[in-house]
Amino acid sequence: MMAAQPGNAHRLRHFLTTEDLSGGAISEILDTAESFISVGEREIKKVPLLRGKTIVNLFFEASTRTRTTFEIAGKRLSADIININTSVSSTQKGESLLDTVRNLEAMHTDLFVVRHPLSGAADLIARSVPSHVHVVNAGDGRHAHPTQGLLDMFTIRRYKGDFRRLTVAIVGDVLHSRVARSQIHALTALGTKEVRVVGPRSLLPAVVETLGVSAHTDMAAGLSGADVIIMLRLQFERMSGALIPSAGEYFDLYGLTRERLALANKDAIVMHPGPMNRGLEIASDVADGPQSVILPQVTNGIAVRMAILARLAGASAAEGRTP
Amino acid sequence: MNIAIVGGRVIDPARGLDTTTSLFVQDGVIAGLGEAPAGFMPGRTIDAQGLVVCPGLIDLRARLREPGLEHKGTVETETHAALAGGITQLCCPPDTNPVMDTPVAAQWLIDRAQSLGGARVRPIGALTRALSGTHLADMHALHRAGCVGVGNALVPIKDTAVLRHALEYAAGLGLLVFLTPEDPWMSPVGVIHEGRMATRLGLAGIPESAETIEIARALMLIEEARVRAHFCGISSARGAALIAEAKNRGLAVTADTPIHQLYVTEDDIGIFDTNYRLRPPARTAADRDALRAALAAGVIDALCSDHQPHEADAKERPFSDAEPGIAGLETLLPLTLRLVELNTLTLKDALAAVTSRPAALLGIPEGTLGTGRRADICIYNPQATWTPTTASVRTRGCNSPFYGTLMRGQVMVTIQGGRIAYERSEPR
Repeated sequence: MMAAQPGNAHRLRHFLTTEDLSGGAISEILDTAESFISVGEREIKKVPLLRGKTIVNLFFEASTRTRTTFEIAGKRLSADIININTSVSSTQKGESLLDTVRNLEAMHTDLFVVRHPLSGAADLIARSVPSHVHVVNAGDGRHAHPTQGLLDMFTIRRYKGDFRRLTVAIVGDVLHSRVARSQIHALTALGTKEVRVVGPRSLLPAVVETLGVSAHTDMAAGLSGADVIIMLRLQFERMSGALIPSAGEYFDLYGLTRERLALANKDAIVMHPGPMNRGLEIASDVADGPQSVILPQVTNGIAVRMAILARLAGASAAEGRTP
Repeated sequence: MNIAIVGGRVIDPARGLDTTTSLFVQDGVIAGLGEAPAGFMPGRTIDAQGLVVCPGLIDLRARLREPGLEHKGTVETETHAALAGGITQLCCPPDTNPVMDTPVAAQWLIDRAQSLGGARVRPIGALTRALSGTHLADMHALHRAGCVGVGNALVPIKDTAVLRHALEYAAGLGLLVFLTPEDPWMSPVGVIHEGRMATRLGLAGIPESAETIEIARALMLIEEARVRAHFCGISSARGAALIAEAKNRGLAVTADTPIHQLYVTEDDIGIFDTNYRLRPPARTAADRDALRAALAAGVIDALCSDHQPHEADAKERPFSDAEPGIAGLETLLPLTLRLVELNTLTLKDALAAVTSRPAALLGIPEGTLGTGRRADICIYNPQATWTPTTASVRTRGCNSPFYGTLMRGQVMVTIQGGRIAYERSEPR
């Protein structure tokens, strides 16, 4: 099967996963995002790169942060944005996913930003749309959330610099996390010294080591010497069966407290893709503490999403900028 | 009509026969090999030079989708697709709608296939009423109506006591029980093998233990009940090892694997290719190789198509929403023959896996070309290559990863009960 997302960042048609993106391609997108940071700090927060383009935010699953930052990103690029929020369950019959997309496409949509509860939904849509239509994956099941992955890389790069010297610990519910998968692919592509996943064995994927990470069930070992700690949300909505005994025991073993944070490097940063469960995976004083970069992550999300939208739909303008 | 099949390479695995000769069909049965019976006047002579003449294939598992899911397939479309694939008999699991749990339903299906001139259907009756897993079905009545055995299709019986009683009851009637080795708790949650690809794609995995646990549970009960049991669709090396061990212990168990299971692996899923949404799932290359070895060693007795036809829409969905299975009737023979090219089996053994061996485990007299037997015959061109496509196949099923790929070995004529039931129309 043809890869839906060519690896070359210059000619991205869709943005579906961070897998297969080279470190160089990721760095180029992050560079473009840097140039968009200033747009948000101006009095008139707009550039005309996507003027006349129609973006549909098609969300089959609830989202505040991602949907809003995509909307702001699109608006700052002067695109017209339509938000469609529709909840579907996989068993609920009715219009099929592709029929929904085909109808919206008939309204001359240029770019879809798609979130869906099932892995592979964005790839499916990308394969079905005509060649001038772009698809950005805003999260599909447990598979990928590539714009979140890149905004996290952007944040790490801003605070910590060279990935080749960094130890990154991703903590929590890796099994159900599309964010973790996108981060892992991006971190390994960027040559990160060490990527660890930390969590109860029942919340780590079966052969997670095949993704190029080390697996830890002991929090102290996992955090020791880390430069970056990424806390993941417990995804209760995706869990089935008895994966953990209780929220209390989970926090006892894997909650990020100040004591635990002290095991990492002194200048380690703490990240969380949101939404946070305070007192469940992270203590409030850590979330709000000096090492937390959780809110800058959100701000950076706008610039990174602008960079990705501009590269896809504003091809001529974006390509003119890159060497 | 009397038929003379002249000059073909006649292979009858049941009798170890492989020779170039002629075969004569009279009054619906095989009337002679080599020499025509006295006074034989052929109404039709088939020149079989360069062709292989073998028993009609017996498919242990094919879903026709009727009654209940006619948009996916009907008795008419699928039994004729079977004939085009050289299959003269097929076993149909009971998970139709309504469920095949009454003699009337079974009789209807058998008659329907016969009246439409398709492959002969041998229904598998329900083991429990409506596949509920709580009440036993009327197994004796189902058997009397023509069911070749009983089973619960893809619906596992969670209650071990019910399964035990069902096996005991079937044993008392001398019935063959078909079992699908899927743990009722772990299997339904997953959509692909729990391994590399499940980790990468973020899809829920089906662990190997979902198969081995159910095999182990069933084997303990089979041993106590002393029932004849057949395991449908072994997918893992460890699963095959458990079957081997049980056979060594002398249990009356047999097993099959879908032919595609000997070719596909989890890696084929690529970027969410729903043609590889299978049940059982495609596992690792090591599992695939172990299944080939288990087939060669006779641990796995037979191959089947595990035909599960779907409309295109059923696969054009996010992976876990896509319906599982491959439409496989017409690729069963060429994929079986490919095992000979791969040196997994001799031609005779490969054909045995789809003719005499399924016949033996079902306890039916067909699957051989012996004189006096019902004339169910497949004549194929071993050299001809062809490419199945949605447009060219007879099945209504649009779902196969083998569509668009080259097949070697093409059915030219299928004779069923002494009648030419399928003949390839294009000149060869």
